[in-house]
Amino acid sequence: MSQSVELDRVTMRFGASTAVRDVSLEIRAGEFFSILGPSGCGKTTILRLVSGFAAPSSGRVLIGGKDMAGIGPNRRPTALIFQNLALFPLMSVGENVAFGLEVRGVPKVERERRARDLLALVALPDAADKRVDALSGGMKQRVAIARALAVEPQVMLLDEPLSALDLKLRQHMRAELRAIQRRTGVTFLYITHDQGEALTMSDRIAVMARGVVEQVGTPAAIYDRPETPFVAGFVGETNALPGRVVSVADGLARLDTARGPLLGRAGPGLVAGAVATLFVRPERTLRAATPPADGQSVPAVLLHVDFEGSFAMLVLAGADGGRLSVQHRNDGTELPPEGAGVHLAFAPQDAVVLATAAEG
Amino acid sequence: MDTLLRHYGPVLTAAIVTATAVWLLALVVLPYLAMIEFSFHPNLPVPQMGGPNDRYTLDNYASLFRGLDLATGTVPDDLRVFLRTIWGASLVTAISLCLCYPVAWYLARVAAPERTAFLLLLLVIPFWINEILRTFSWYILLAYNGPLNALLKATGVIDAPVRWLSGSAGVLVGMTYAFLLFMLFPLYNALETLDRNQVEAARDLGAGTLRIHARIVIPHARPGIAVGCVMVFVLSASSYVVPALLGSPGTRWFTETIYQWFFEGQDWPRGSAYAFVLLALCIGFIMLVMRVFRVGLDEIAK
Repeated sequence: MSQSVELDRVTMRFGASTAVRDVSLEIRAGEFFSILGPSGCGKTTILRLVSGFAAPSSGRVLIGGKDMAGIGPNRRPTALIFQNLALFPLMSVGENVAFGLEVRGVPKVERERRARDLLALVALPDAADKRVDALSGGMKQRVAIARALAVEPQVMLLDEPLSALDLKLRQHMRAELRAIQRRTGVTFLYITHDQGEALTMSDRIAVMARGVVEQVGTPAAIYDRPETPFVAGFVGETNALPGRVVSVADGLARLDTARGPLLGRAGPGLVAGAVATLFVRPERTLRAATPPADGQSVPAVLLHVDFEGSFAMLVLAGADGGRLSVQHRNDGTELPPEGAGVHLAFAPQDAVVLATAAEG
Repeated sequence: MDTLLRHYGPVLTAAIVTATAVWLLALVVLPYLAMIEFSFHPNLPVPQMGGPNDRYTLDNYASLFRGLDLATGTVPDDLRVFLRTIWGASLVTAISLCLCYPVAWYLARVAAPERTAFLLLLLVIPFWINEILRTFSWYILLAYNGPLNALLKATGVIDAPVRWLSGSAGVLVGMTYAFLLFMLFPLYNALETLDRNQVEAARDLGAGTLRIHARIVIPHARPGIAVGCVMVFVLSASSYVVPALLGSPGTRWFTETIYQWFFEGQDWPRGSAYAFVLLALCIGFIMLVMRVFRVGLDEIAK
C-alpha cells in the first residue's frame, strides 16, 4: 500500500523570508525519493508541508491525488520519523510501537501482537518490554521505524533520521532502510543533507537550494549530468573552470577560460556569449606529463597527494592559483614529486558546461 | 561536604557546617522536640508540672476523636474541623491544578518567549505584596457591598447581592489565589522541558489533543504536578491568614483550632498534639502524592 505525493507550485513564506519557492514535485507511489540540500534550503519545510504540520502559503499538496488542504497531521496517511526520533521515553518499546494502534482503538491483545510482528520486521524481536532509554542509537532507530510502520502509512516521511548515528551504523542503516522500503513498498520521502545517503538509497533525488528545486533525477543522472552549477558543486567532488561560452555546436560548448579554450557538453539553455563554468569530476580526469594533442587540458602544479589506498587524490594548483584535483587509480605507477608541473586532461564528453550568470 | 572542603578550606567549612547545624538544631529540631514533649503531657497548672500527676499520656491526641460515635454519626467539633480542612485543602489543590494547567501549557508551549516573560512578570507582581494585604483585598472584593456584587448586579447576572464570605467560597477563592504560583511554576517548568517533537509525533500517529495530553504531556509533567499539589495542599492545610480573614464561623480551619487551644484555651499540650496531627497529615499527603505520581523524594525536593 502506497500512494504518490504531489507538490503543485507550493510556496511557503515565514514573515518576510520565503522557505520554499514555487516548488512542484511528483513523487511516485512506492518510490524511495530523497530531497537533498544544505541546511536552510527548505527541505524540512517540505516535509512539514507533506506531513501536515504546516500549510503552504500558496499551492497544493496532494497525497494519492487528493488535496490535503485542511487535513491535519493526525488524519493524513503519512508517518513521520523525526530527526531526534521523538520516541516516548515514558512508554516501553512495545507501547511506543503500538501507540498509533492504541489511538485507532485496536484492542490491546491485537496491538501487542502487531507491535511484536513489527519489532521482528525491524530485527528487534524481544525488545517489546524494554525501556526506550535502554536501547542503543541504532535500536532506537528501528523502534522509530516500527512505530511509524504500525499505522500502515501510505507515505513515510523521514527527516534526516540517520544523522545522530556514527558512521558505521549509518552505512548499515542505509541498507536496512532501503530493504524495509523494498519489503513494505511504502513511498519513502527522505530528507537529507548527506549526498552519500541520497545517492545510495534513492530511486530519485531532488536537489534543493534556497527554497528552489534545482534538479530532479536518478542518482546517476544527478551525479553524471548535473543541470545547474549548484548541483554540480554540491553533489560530489568537482573541478570548476569558469569562462565565457564561445560557441555551442553538436551538444558541445567551447568555453574560453583563463587556461585556454576547453570543450565540454553544453548544459541546458546554454548560448554563445554566456558566462559559464566547466565542471569535470576528478575521477574523469587524467594526469598528463605533456599537454595532449587535442588541447583539452589545463596546466597545473602538483601541490600534494592525498593517498586513499585504492586511489590517490592529486591536489593541483592551476595557473591562476585555483585548486584542481585529479583522481589517480592506484595501478602501481609512480606519482610525480610535489611541485612538479603536470597537465589535467579530460575528454569533452566527461565535462559539462553550465551557465553561471544566474548565480549572481 | 567534600565539595565544600575543596571550595572553602577546613576553617570556613567548619564554620558553615556549624552555623547550619546550630540553625537547624536551635530553630527547627529543638522547638519540634519541645512540642512533641508537650504533646504527651497532660495540661496541668504550673505548680503541678513535674509532679506526680505529670505522666506521659496519649490523651491529647485521643481528645481529637473524643465524642466520635459512628453509630449515631456524631462527629466532635475539632475532628469535624480537621476533616473539613483536609477536604478544603484537597479542593483548593484540585482547583489550582485545573486552573494552572492550561495557563502553564499556554505559557510554556504556545506563547512566544517574550510574551511568556511578560505574562510571568504580570503573574508575579501581585505576590510582591504581603499575603495579609492580598487576602484583605479579596475580603474587599467579595464583601456584601463590594465591587464583585456591584458588578454582577450592574450586568444583571444577579438580582440581590450574594454573601460570598459566609460559606466556604471565600476561603477557597482566597487560598487558590494565595498559592496559585506554587502550582503554576512547577507545572510551567515541567511542561517547558517537553520536547516539541513528542507532541508532534503523537499527533502524526493520529492522536487527538485529549489523548496527547493524557498519554504524553501529563505523564511528562508528573513531577511538576506532584510538586505543585504538595505545595498547594501543605500551604492550604497550614494556612492561617486566609481562613481567619475570609472564613466565617462555619468554615473554621484546623489551624484556627490549634491557635485556639494554644492561646485561648491555654492548653499547650493539646495545641501541640493537634499541630503534630496536622504535620502528620501533610507528610501523609506528600507520601500519597509520591506514590500516586510515582515520583521520588529527590524530584519533590527539586
